[in-house]
Amino acid sequence: MIDWFAIIMGSTLFLLMIPMVYRIWVGPTPFDRMLAVNVIGTKTAVLLVIIGTLFDRVDMFVDFAIAYALLNFVSAIVVSRYLNRTISLREMEEREKAKGAKV
Amino acid sequence: MMIESMGVLRVVAEAVDAGGGIVPFQIIGFVLAVVGLVFFLGTSVGMVRFPDFYTRMHAAGKGDSLSTMLILSGFALITMEDFSLGSWLLFVKIMGIVLFIYITSPTSSHALMRAAFEDDEMPLEEKDLNKPSKVKK
Repeated sequence: MIDWFAIIMGSTLFLLMIPMVYRIWVGPTPFDRMLAVNVIGTKTAVLLVIIGTLFDRVDMFVDFAIAYALLNFVSAIVVSRYLNRTISLREMEEREKAKGAKV
Repeated sequence: MMIESMGVLRVVAEAVDAGGGIVPFQIIGFVLAVVGLVFFLGTSVGMVRFPDFYTRMHAAGKGDSLSTMLILSGFALITMEDFSLGSWLLFVKIMGIVLFIYITSPTSSHALMRAAFEDDEMPLEEKDLNKPSKVKK
């Protein structure tokens, strides 16, 4: 019963991740892609717990899930800082130039 | 008090275990996991069909964190078969992941949205909806 429930839950979760892959593929902005990667990473932590339930070794897989959630959070913060800093500085210089030309 | 309640719960679990295979709050766990799956269905539909980055962020930020918390809580209850010390430790670890995601998922959503806003990613307005070329890409 619990095994079948875990199999059905895990495969449904995997099937519902496919729209996120679509969003990574066509996403207009890099932020869309990063958001979809973030959602997939969070759901992978859940999937690890489900796989651990399937193998009766949840005590081992829970540690993997903790590490995965931590890594996912750090990657989201780092990528958002990176995109923010590079593009924002360039935009700021262009804005300064435009303002100087106007005045 | 903790030890005492653990003992009472173990007696309840043994009594139920003699009858069927499933402890009653494993049923609560099943229900929580299925409800979380419904929320994740909402997230994935929203990620595909919403037209704008901010609306997609709305779908992903809320549905993702809530469905993760619900599914993990459900599996924390499901894996709780006997009330031994090891399964209590497992329960506390899984609830620790739930607490971690409760804190970090809105934080990463906020950081991404702030980065997008400083990148001059403007929200979609009503006049943009009439131009399908901008939406389609």
